[in-house]
Amino acid sequence: MRDKRMTADEAVAELADGMTVGIGGWGSRRKPMALVRALLRSPLRDLTVVSYGGPDVGLLCAAGKVRKVVYGFVTLDSIPYDPLFRRARESGQVDVLELDEGMFQCGLTAAGHRLPFLPIRAGLGSDVLRLHPGLRTVRSPYDDEELVAMPALRLDAAFVHLHRADAHGNAQYLDPDPYFDDLFCLAAERRYVSCERIVPTAELTEAGPVQSLLLNRMMVDGVVEAPAGAHFTSCVPDYPRDEAFQRHYAEAGADPDAFRSFADRFLSGAEADYQAAVRSWREAGEAA
Amino acid sequence: MSSPTRADVCVAACADLFAGAGEILASPMGLIPTLGARLARLTIEPDLLLSDGAAYLVADTPAVGARPSTVEGWLPYRKVFDVVAHGRRHVVMGANQIDRYGNQNISCIGDHAKPTRQLLGVRGAPGNTVNHPTSYWVPRHSPRVFVETVDVVSGVGYDRARAAPESARRFHAVHRVVTNLAVLDFAGPDHAMRLASVHPGVTVDEVLAQTGFPLVLGSSFVAETRSPTNEELRLLREVLDPRGLREKEVAR
Repeated sequence: MRDKRMTADEAVAELADGMTVGIGGWGSRRKPMALVRALLRSPLRDLTVVSYGGPDVGLLCAAGKVRKVVYGFVTLDSIPYDPLFRRARESGQVDVLELDEGMFQCGLTAAGHRLPFLPIRAGLGSDVLRLHPGLRTVRSPYDDEELVAMPALRLDAAFVHLHRADAHGNAQYLDPDPYFDDLFCLAAERRYVSCERIVPTAELTEAGPVQSLLLNRMMVDGVVEAPAGAHFTSCVPDYPRDEAFQRHYAEAGADPDAFRSFADRFLSGAEADYQAAVRSWREAGEAA
Repeated sequence: MSSPTRADVCVAACADLFAGAGEILASPMGLIPTLGARLARLTIEPDLLLSDGAAYLVADTPAVGARPSTVEGWLPYRKVFDVVAHGRRHVVMGANQIDRYGNQNISCIGDHAKPTRQLLGVRGAPGNTVNHPTSYWVPRHSPRVFVETVDVVSGVGYDRARAAPESARRFHAVHRVVTNLAVLDFAGPDHAMRLASVHPGVTVDEVLAQTGFPLVLGSSFVAETRSPTNEELRLLREVLDPRGLREKEVAR
């Protein structure tokens, strides 16, 4: 079986300008932040980001990587709004496709099943259809019921973060919610999973029930070992959301000068530099 | 027992949203609706299903903020979407804006292409409102929230459902709006918003002044929102919210 281990920078180097990139997790939960940080330091641009959005979206927008965002929401969960996404939207910097959360899942499922669309009731009557006239309805051939024809959300690449994986791309979540990480992988041409630890295959079923093996190796092209790779979003049971650091991010993000300092301090180097900068921030008691 | 606070009245009004709901998923957003759903399960609707706000259905009904002791089911987001489409759910959402027909906005303020204020996004509001009963909780009843026209229709109201394909109406039911001042329903002409009751100590004129469009008044007499029973007050004070968090969300 193939060894698919690679670094986050190697994964990102396989992408090209203008691609559509799906990012797993949900809000500020189990986001593939080490892969996002690799995107931030890459020369990539004009990306379309497809995400149940959290700080991934705000950071990529602020770094000028994004042409368009496809989302149902962008939130930090314990803090309602991401300040960087707010600034990107309020300055008209990015195009958007704003969808109902169920429509979003429906579009990923359609892409994964290689269908042009799937029908769904969500969206009818709302401004989602008014704001995005490219979204069409379809009539049931059985009873004439008119429904939204949610188009496939096809992805060039998917980035997801799970707890454990083997070197071949079998990957496991250990928190109670798989979110939609499997659908992101099925919808994408190239699939990259980062994980807290790469383990021998046999250890996966020792760590949790077989149902926790969300991704199998058919669904994965690259495996990146990234301890604390979801930081500062939550990755329970390995670690909870770093609320103090998230507050620091949100406060810095609300002010352009403060955010420049934040980016200089935390985002200007490699992943190891980020993790070291967070440690020294915490040890200096700045979390208080 | 000392007299109920405004927050107690709001919680009881939220509990009443679930009257007759039976064995469905109650999805309250925010503290007051959460207390309302739990109070309903401990009193009038023992069969309600409640989640922990993450991926578990919980069998016990603990205080807000306390860890539930018994998990009775698994409900990750993908299964929540199944419940939404299946329809056995009553959601209580917030609203940055709401209009007389119950259209709700949680997306952004201003032009969607370049908003003056970005909010959450439409989230699940479009799907919720066309699939199962929906109510709203507004902690600060004001003309900024109760507007003539919302900027982005996230949750679908009655006029928009009427203008949409018939499928939008099959399961559409905007039930009530509970605020810090009053309870509103959609029993007016063409399902226009009607002032159903004012909370004890609130005048009709006060509600009208804080609403940015004309409310329907059923008759010259507007009812007073019921006060919680002594048993409800005991459950709130001793079981569900002994720390009194509800008082911080609703001004006395």
